[in-house]
Amino acid sequence: MIPAWIQQFMLLDLFPLSAAVMAAVSCGLLGNFLVLRRQSLMGDAISHAVLPGLVAAFLITQSRRPEIMFIGAAVSALATVVLTELIKRLGRVEPGAAMGVVFSVLFALGVYLLENAAARSVDLDADCVLHGNLQTLFWAEPPTQWSGLFDSQTLGQIPRQVWTLVVTLVAVFAFVGLFFKELRIVSFDPGIATAQGIHAGGMHMALMTFVAIAAVASFEAVGSILVIAMLICPAATARLLTDRLASQLTVSVGVSVLTALIGYGAASVMGVNAAGMMASVSGVLLVAAIVASPSHGVIARSRNQRRIGRSVATEDVLGALYRLGEIGKTAARGQLVKMLGAPARTKTAIERAIGDGLITERAGRLELTDTGRAHGAAIIRRHRLWEGYLVDEAGLSPDHVHATAERLEHLDLSERLGRGGTPELDPQGKPIPPGDRPTL
Amino acid sequence: MTAPALSMPEIFETLTLRGGFNTNAVIMGTTLLGVAAGVIGAFSLLRKRSLTADALAHATLPGIAGAFLIATAMGYAGRSMPLLMLGAAVTGIVGVAGIHLLLRYSRLKEDAAIGIVLSVFFGVGVVLLSYVQQSTTGSGAGLNHYIYGQTAAMIRGDAYLMGAIGVLASITALVLLKEFTLVCFNESFARTIGLPVWLIDSMMLGLVVVITVTGLQAVGLILIVAMLIIPPAAARFWTDRLWRLVMISAGVGGLSGYAGAAISALLPGKPAGSVIVLVAGAVFAVSMLLAPRRGVLAGAVRLARLRVRIAIDHVLEALYEIEKGLSDDPPPTGRPLLIRLMRLRGWITGAPGAPALTDAGRAQGARVHRNHRLWEQYLISYADIAPTHVDWSVDQVEHVLSDELIEHLEQALRKRGLAVPAANGGAK
Repeated sequence: MIPAWIQQFMLLDLFPLSAAVMAAVSCGLLGNFLVLRRQSLMGDAISHAVLPGLVAAFLITQSRRPEIMFIGAAVSALATVVLTELIKRLGRVEPGAAMGVVFSVLFALGVYLLENAAARSVDLDADCVLHGNLQTLFWAEPPTQWSGLFDSQTLGQIPRQVWTLVVTLVAVFAFVGLFFKELRIVSFDPGIATAQGIHAGGMHMALMTFVAIAAVASFEAVGSILVIAMLICPAATARLLTDRLASQLTVSVGVSVLTALIGYGAASVMGVNAAGMMASVSGVLLVAAIVASPSHGVIARSRNQRRIGRSVATEDVLGALYRLGEIGKTAARGQLVKMLGAPARTKTAIERAIGDGLITERAGRLELTDTGRAHGAAIIRRHRLWEGYLVDEAGLSPDHVHATAERLEHLDLSERLGRGGTPELDPQGKPIPPGDRPTL
Repeated sequence: MTAPALSMPEIFETLTLRGGFNTNAVIMGTTLLGVAAGVIGAFSLLRKRSLTADALAHATLPGIAGAFLIATAMGYAGRSMPLLMLGAAVTGIVGVAGIHLLLRYSRLKEDAAIGIVLSVFFGVGVVLLSYVQQSTTGSGAGLNHYIYGQTAAMIRGDAYLMGAIGVLASITALVLLKEFTLVCFNESFARTIGLPVWLIDSMMLGLVVVITVTGLQAVGLILIVAMLIIPPAAARFWTDRLWRLVMISAGVGGLSGYAGAAISALLPGKPAGSVIVLVAGAVFAVSMLLAPRRGVLAGAVRLARLRVRIAIDHVLEALYEIEKGLSDDPPPTGRPLLIRLMRLRGWITGAPGAPALTDAGRAQGARVHRNHRLWEQYLISYADIAPTHVDWSVDQVEHVLSDELIEHLEQALRKRGLAVPAANGGAK
């Protein structure tokens, strides 16, 4: 006996939800290659342009047989790709504009045909095109026994949109799985792909064909708006979370599933349009990735910047004290702040250095500890090596290199600079401290 | 078609703006909007921003639904057009700002940023719209007219507003034509001479917002972008001058707007937005095919001419070489049509099976032969191409040589002591 709540779920939500998930995953996976190839908007164009194909197929055959609708939509999707290429090449029109011309004219044609059909009171709805009709995918008579779950009669009740999406999902996975290597090379470097004997143009057409198939299959259930969102957003989100294509694909599939689940759930709870909600959720997840991605997120990057800023401030303090030490001097806090400028930054850097045991304060004077002196020596070494480099290699005059070296000293390339045997003096005749440096 | 039969006078009246007062206003308004969209779209095209406008248009939907919800909640009539336009403009601008933020704060590229804003904002709009439809019975109906557009729902005031905004937007764009042009063609130069590039750029974008928002009711937010893209793209085929591009684009836009609104007024149930776009699309197709210089047909004719010229040159060269005893090949008579054409043009005489060169033909044959030799030697000595591989490449380049270049080549080769056939054709 299947519990009542599961039966309820199967009755209302199982098919819409699985259709949404499968549509999201099919589009999300293919979208990776569109985003990489900077052709995201081809998905947009295709999903607008399938409309006239659907309507024309219906008007010609007067039937809503799925195969026929599918063929019509696929034909106009491919027409979009081909026409865009033709206008781009033959007409030498800017790519964005070429795409815009094609899909808006095709969409207009679709709307026109649709209104014509509507005038003859035919059951085709323009709004459906935009946001699908997930709610019609309920399961009229879900089985009451677990044993009844897999008999042929039950399976026969599964709506055709769901079957279409199952087939599409399998086909998309097979395509990406079989041609992963080719797709990767073509996406990153069509030139190398061609040199390796991969037909870049052919792969492009194959990819577009699969985008069209996924778009058309998803279209009826979830509408064009979700197709566009799913072709772009999960892939873009994944792109911000990882640097390897294989893991990007995996992450994008996960994001797609998550988007569909959250979107569908939220829409059910709030009683609003599910496709629209899923598109919104995909945007929310993307923004979350932009803000919080550990590697490329805004937070991570600004934290990284702050960390670098802190270490630069500390290095400046240690370097200044080391220089003073060279001529046998020490400094009070106020003097050091005056020397280095940027009071707030320098003051906290001094505090931090004292806390880290790099500096001690004795009778109002700041002194380097042994560790601090080692760090200071390393910084001044880098500074003076850079000065030498700037004079010898970049041809600057010795009295102009200090300011530049002041910035470059924080860049730890000095061991390379000193590779050909470290000189003992910098261009201004100051000693370069010896080389085994600790790191901060 | 179930459209009511129309009498000729009726059609004529509508087309010449003597139909109903309301109809006239709508047709005029749409025409003026079309003109303005054509003018402003021209700059979008030059700035390669065609699809940014698409994202902007889609991003107006949450604004429309949101403005309606807020206004209704505050007890105003939610469906007043200026209010909805304001809401549309706000989220449209937020959408464009969103594109810039995505580009600034993530490593996503422009196409992805546009697509993300377009789909996510539209998704939010759909959610809000479905909320409006289920929460406010009746009064929210018709908001989705803004998606596909519906001139039939327009009242005279709306049309006047649309026309007036169209005129103002066109005038603004024309007044700022010089600044816009400069920023479109050479942004860094504009900055160098002290123009506020950011401000000018924002003005351009602002005008796009104005057109988009104004056109929502007539054309709908999915198709309004077509009015910004198609007219300038069509105009681009006819001219290389910016001033003319703007004018032609305005004309195409105006024509589309006029035809679309008139046709939809004549045939009830024909949505104006799609008719406008289809008219514009037809103009684009005609332009692309027939435009004199950049058109596809003109290009095909040029290519065919070039092919014929090259084929004729080959035959003349072969005949010349046979005549001079440089070649033992039989005369090339394999293409009777070509041979006949050559006789018509006075290159050759004699029976079709045994063509003989006329004086003009001989001179041309000698010239081609000389070119050929010249290139052969040049490629061997300068480009390091093996002698066995030369002939193949020579056939492709000898027809594009200019006389000055040949002169130059000749001198260069003479300087190196390489033999050059005499220019008068008496080679060897």
